[in-house]
Order: sequence, then structure tokens, then C-alpha cells
Amino acid sequence: MTELRLETRALSRRFGALVALQQIDFKLVAGARHALIGPNGAGKTTFINLLAGALPPSRGSVLLKGEDITAKTQAERVKLGIARTFQINRLFRGLSVLENVCISVAERIGAAPNMFHPVGRRKDVIEESMHLLEVLKLAPDAPRRVSELPYGRQRLVEIAIAIGLKPDVLLLDEPAAGVPSAESHIILDAIEHLPEQIAILIIEHDMDLVFRFAKRVTVMVGGALFAEGTPRDIENNPEVRAVYLGQAGRG
Amino acid sequence: MNAAIDFASIILGGLAAGTVLFIVSVGLSVTMGLMGFVNLAHGAFAMFGGYIIVLAMNRAHFGFAAALALGFAGTAALSVILEQSLYRRLYRAGELDQVLLTIGLILIFMATLTILVGPQSQPLQLPPELGGQINLGFMQYRTYSIFLIAVGLLIVVAIWLAFERTRIGAQIRATVDNRRMAESLGINVDRLFTITFAFGSGMAALGGGLGAEFLGLDPQYALKYLVYFLIAVSVGGLGSVVGVYYASLLLGTLDFVLKLYLPKGGTIFIYVLTILVLLWRPRGLFGRKSA
Amino acid sequence: MNSKAASVESTPAAGRLDQEAARALIRRHHLRWWEALPWLAAAAFYFAFPDYLGFGTTLMITILFALSLDLALGYAGIITLGHAAFFGAGAYTVGLLAFHNIWTEPITSLVLAALAGAAIGLASGLVLLRTQGLTLLMLTLCTMALLQEAANMAHDYTGGFDGLPSLDIAPVFGRFEFNPLYPDTQYLYTLAILFVCFVFIRTLVYSPFGQSLTGIRENLLRMHAVGAPVRRRLVVCYTLSAAIAGIAGGLWAQTNAYVNLSALDLDRAATVLIILILGGYGRLYGAFAGAVVYLTLEHFLARFYPTAWQLGLGLLLVLVALYARNGILGLGEVVWRRFRPRRAT
Repeated sequence: MTELRLETRALSRRFGALVALQQIDFKLVAGARHALIGPNGAGKTTFINLLAGALPPSRGSVLLKGEDITAKTQAERVKLGIARTFQINRLFRGLSVLENVCISVAERIGAAPNMFHPVGRRKDVIEESMHLLEVLKLAPDAPRRVSELPYGRQRLVEIAIAIGLKPDVLLLDEPAAGVPSAESHIILDAIEHLPEQIAILIIEHDMDLVFRFAKRVTVMVGGALFAEGTPRDIENNPEVRAVYLGQAGRG
Repeated sequence: MNAAIDFASIILGGLAAGTVLFIVSVGLSVTMGLMGFVNLAHGAFAMFGGYIIVLAMNRAHFGFAAALALGFAGTAALSVILEQSLYRRLYRAGELDQVLLTIGLILIFMATLTILVGPQSQPLQLPPELGGQINLGFMQYRTYSIFLIAVGLLIVVAIWLAFERTRIGAQIRATVDNRRMAESLGINVDRLFTITFAFGSGMAALGGGLGAEFLGLDPQYALKYLVYFLIAVSVGGLGSVVGVYYASLLLGTLDFVLKLYLPKGGTIFIYVLTILVLLWRPRGLFGRKSA
Repeated sequence: MNSKAASVESTPAAGRLDQEAARALIRRHHLRWWEALPWLAAAAFYFAFPDYLGFGTTLMITILFALSLDLALGYAGIITLGHAAFFGAGAYTVGLLAFHNIWTEPITSLVLAALAGAAIGLASGLVLLRTQGLTLLMLTLCTMALLQEAANMAHDYTGGFDGLPSLDIAPVFGRFEFNPLYPDTQYLYTLAILFVCFVFIRTLVYSPFGQSLTGIRENLLRMHAVGAPVRRRLVVCYTLSAAIAGIAGGLWAQTNAYVNLSALDLDRAATVLIILILGGYGRLYGAFAGAVVYLTLEHFLARFYPTAWQLGLGLLLVLVALYARNGILGLGEVVWRRFRPRRAT
């Protein structure tokens, strides 16, 4: 059923005199495919940072599966089931693709604190990581150092790391950002293959992706929720058009 | 009555020491706040400049003011050369590389001065006008120390005014606060840094020369006082002239007093205090939260 | 929408582990033939240069000290100029116990030295590792300076500037005596301790814990975002690093039968940092390479031409900072890759 996974109540954030987010009431259900769009500087990434715990809110609360997690750190929220990707890749560039995902999987299953056995003996971690890479069609790149990959495939590794955490809620911050349009379909494919039950919130500017992927769309302007509805509703909303879609149009 | 005079002379001694520390460290504070570059070799510039000043006076019979000017200019010039050829390459590098580079420079300075001048300490001959004692009304005190305190006050006011009132000062403040914003406003950050670095190194030279009588001047100078310069800068807050002034005075006075009353290991309190301050305010007492 | 997923299941689970990347990761910790070389060399040194065993002992102690720093710096990315604090803690633990005739058995003394180092590492780590950058650097410096001043203040117990000479160290296992004129026992004893500690460090580095440290060093924010308790890991790493530095300090006190304030000196901390970077940090054997090169050069040059040595070292550091940030081993890697280009594993 539509179990409520993530919820915010009157979530606000100021930076000195600048109000980045005001009174955001937001709900994300299990299986959600929810897109968050809006002009630059609307507060979308700040919102993700607040959800993920990278920033504390000035006011309001964040609830995960009914539990108030506002005071919890990033790492604690990950353990409770939230994972995120970053707008600009944050990968372990000097390590191989496989090792990047292994780190994530090892953290999740609690293998990471072990000091006395080599990584190589944790076949379970390696095997699961390889499986994940296969699903994302990254398997051929598994032995390569991340810094050697083209940007589009690095973006995929970013997603792989997040999925390795088997989250209940996945926050994707512009997953196609910086990816040349010739490669962006691989991002689209990857997102489409994500497990159904995960609640996904995706910030995106690429309207192709939004219309193909999202079941619901929220428009954020000036730190406040401006409109919400199905992609079709939003597309046909004249106010939204004026504020945002009017210039870019749909590809 | 005697106790009050003793107290005053200790305070004045400490302020003089602190002033020397300030004059050397102010350049380091501004450049580190501006560029985030860990320049451990700053003390080496102070040492180099001090040598120019003292040798100009002792061997070439320059006047005091002329020697100071020469020290300032010579060190500033050298710093520009080093900045363009070496420092510039590591602006984007990690801290570790910067630490390594500047430690290397310290060793080069130390060895070069030992080879060129010799390992012995260089005495500073004070000009006669600044020697002797001055009458402060309620007591007599060393003229030179009062001179130092006055000079320090003058410098901090002058620099503060420059920061607040001149265009270049505004540019520096803007860049310390938010570098990317400053660049997008058209500020030539690279050139700004070269100018600031030159000025800061010149100031260090002045500090090295002025303080030669108090801190001594030998090839070990650059390492001996490094920790103190760093404490003054980090406790004061990177990029804050007022901060490094207060921190230097505090540090100088504390050190002076402790060396007097607890010569064996008394300076432990300086380290304890520094640790406490930095834990309470990691960016220093007057440090700014840069974007 | 998920129709494509079905075809992927065709690779059987075992087959995944046969993939190149997986095999490389599984094999990563296996011993390579050249890893035996340092130990063979150390053994050969014993027979080939019996007059230089004192130098050899110092070399191995320095390697151990540099290894401890590598754990903190090379693997966890903690930049510290105060590592001699732990070295000194270990040295003075051994020194005080021996000098005041409380305890002279060497191996247990080393355990105590490790504990002393670990205690100070834990206490300072819990407090300092909230900070980063210059602040952290300053705090590590001040902690070390503070300990040095404390040792100076307590000169009734520590001998102050003069230190504690002629330490009485009991024979190892009751049989092998420490003789200042014939440092055979010192050399072999140090070699054994170094070996044991190295095995521990190597295991740690290849473990999942070690991998997470690398992750912290490579991308701190990402580690937070995968749920790693970063600060806890850093504190544990720092504490272990301090414990091993304490062992190195204890060894130093035992083999020299002497301890003084130089154990806590900025000079010592800076030198070990230089040695590690020279050899190549984050590379396990960087400590070996750096110590051998630095101490050998220093032994032959510094004594005769101290100023030239200082100048040369300074120039070397500048060059390394600009062109060879990964030290000797890093340069070696670059050369190796030129001749054998292959994928990273």
C-alpha cells in the first residue's frame, strides 16, 4: 500500500537573512517516483541536504517512516534507510569502481569495522557489489579506476553507491547533471531499473527524464512549494509555465 | 608603590614582546586568510629581513630607518620571486604539499644564512635616540620598548584603516570572505595575493629586524619561533588584523610573565590556553566563517 | 519497466567472483615475492655490517615510527606535526619505569609504552579530531609541545633537559642482554618487534577497516553519506597509530638506554613526517624507503657537512613538494607504469 516513507513538517532553513526554504510540508510514499523541479536557486539542493541530514533545519522536522529524525546525523539517517547522490560526483576517485561500491555495501552490512580479515575474504560483499554493477551495466568498468571513467559512467557509480545501501528512500540530486546528452540515456535506464518499493525523490532539470520517470512532480520556487501534481498537470499549469517551463519548453 | 611599578614594567615588557610578534605575524594572518596557504616559511622571511636590516646597520652603516626600508623592500622582492616561481604552483594542492614546500624553504633559508653569514647571533645596535630610558611620568622605562609598542599600535591602526577605507582593502576583505564571489566580481585575486604576500613578508622583515634585540637573530630563528607565530595567527583568527594583534599581545605578555616566574616549563600554560581557545573557537577568536 | 532486469540474473553467483575486478580485489592482500625483501635485507645486514648494528637499530625504530604516522596520515588523512607526542609518551614510560627501578622487563614495558601512547592518542583524538586543517595541525603541535613542557616541569622525575641516562633494561626472555657495546640483542629484538607490528599494520590496511580509512581520506563527505561513523573510525585509527608510535618510543629508550626531551621534539616530529613523505605515504612500504634513504644520507653527510646537508634536504623537499608528491614509491610507480601499462585494479 502507499505507506508514508518520508515526511517534512514546516521545514525551514535560513542562512543569516537569506531564507532558503520556508515551511515545506512534503510527503513521499513507498514506491514514489517523485520529481522536484524549479529554477536555479529555488532551494532544491538545500532541501535534499536537509532531508539527508547534511544540514540542520532552522525550523520544522523531518520524519522517516513516522519517526522524527530531525536531530539525527547523516550517517545515522543512512542506517535508517535514506541514501542520496550528490549533484557533483563524490566518489573515491583513486579506487576502482568495484571498490567504491564495496565500501558502500560493507558499511551497510556492518563488515566495515573489521580490522583483522582482509577485504578479499568478504566474498559476500564483493559478490553483491558485482551484482549491483551488473544491474547498472557497469560490470565491464568494475576494475577501472573511477578517475579514468567518462563523466557519464562516473555518475552511474554515484548511483550504484547509493543503491548499495539498499535504502527505503533514495534522493537523487540531478543525476543527469553534467552528463553529455549522448550518454544520459544510461542514467535514465539505471533509474528505471530501481526496485519498485523504494521511494525516490529526484531533482532534475532535464524534462525528458522528468516526464519519462515521474509519477508526481513538485515545483519549488523561491524556497517554497509552488505547485504539485502529475507531470501532465504541471506541464499544463500556466503559472508554472510562466515561472519555469516557459523558457526551456519540453524537449 | 614599587609593586605597581614592577607590575607595569612587566606588562610593558610583555606588550613590547607581543608587538614584535604581531609585526611578524600580521602578514601571515592576512595571507593565510586570503589564500588558505599554510606558509610555515613565514618566519624564515622575518629572519631574512632581520638579517638584511641588522647587517645593513652593522656592516654598511645604514641608518635605522634606511635599514628598515631596505629590509622591507628586499624581503618583499624576494617573496614575490618565490611566490611566482614556487608558491603559485601549490595553491590548489593539499595542505601536506604546502607544509612540505615551506619546510623545505625554511631549511634552505637557514642553511644559506649559515653559509653566507655564519651561525652566530647577530646583535642589533640600537640607534642612540632609541636607547636608554624614557620618562613615562610615574616611572622610567626602556625607550626602545615604548617605541616598539607605539610602532605596533601605529601599524595596526594603519592596516585596519587600509582594510576599511581603501579599495584594495575592501577587495582583500571580500576575497577572504568569499573567494569565488570576489572573482566573479572581477577582482584579480592572483594579483591581490602577490601584493598581499609581498606586503606581509615585508612586515615580517620589519618584525625580524625590530625584534632582533629581543628575540635574537640567528639561523635558527625561523624554526625557534614558528610555533608562536602560528599560535598568534590561529588564535587570533585567519585574516583578522585586529585578531592577530590581540592574540600577539596576549601571547607575548603571557610568555614574558611565564618565563619570568616559571622558567622551567611554564610555557605549558600557553599551549593549554591555545588548545582550549581553538577547541572553543576553531576559527580563532576573531575568525570569520568564510563561505 | 523492469523487464530488462530478468536477463541479468543469468550470470551465476560464482561467476561474478571470477570477473577480473573481483579477482583482483580478492587477491589484493596476498603476499608478493618482493615483500620478503626488506626482511631478508635486514637479516643480511646483521651478518654483513656487524659494526653498523646501532645504525640499523635506529633505522628500524624510525621505520616503525614512520609506519605509525602513515596509519594516521597516509591512510586516514590526519595531518599532524605532533606525532612525537606518542613517541615520547612511550619513551618516557619505559624510561621512568626503568630509571626509578619500578619495572625493567623489556617486552612488557613495550606493552605499557603502547598503552601510554594509546591513552594519549585516544584522549587527544577524541578532542582534536573534531577539527580540520590548520586548526588540527596547531592542536597536534600544541599537544606535543605541552607534553614536552610537562616533562620539563617534572624534571625531578624525568631528569628535565638532561634526561634519564643509563637505563637498566632487563635481558629479553631473561637471556639476551642489552649490551651498549655489542648491539646484537638490540638489533634482533628491534627487528622482531618491527616485524610483529608490521604484520599488524599490514593486516589492518587490507581489512575493511583499512578500506574505510582510505574512503575517509579520498572523500570525507561521501563516507558520511554511506553511513560510516567517521569520527569513531578516525579516533580508533589515531589511537592505534599512537600506540605503535609509543612502541617505537619505548624501543628507542630501551636500545639507547637513555631518554630525554628530544623524544618530544618538534624536530623529531617534522623529521618523521619528512621521511614518510619522502618515501611515499599511504603505501605501506613508503616508511621503509623513506627511512633508509634519509637516514643513510644523513649518516654520511650530516656529520661532515651539516649545513650542506640542511641545504640539500631543503632543496629536496621543495622538489618533492612540486614534482614528486608521492615520494620515492610514487616515482617508482610512475616508472613502472611506463613500462607495463595496464588497468588499475
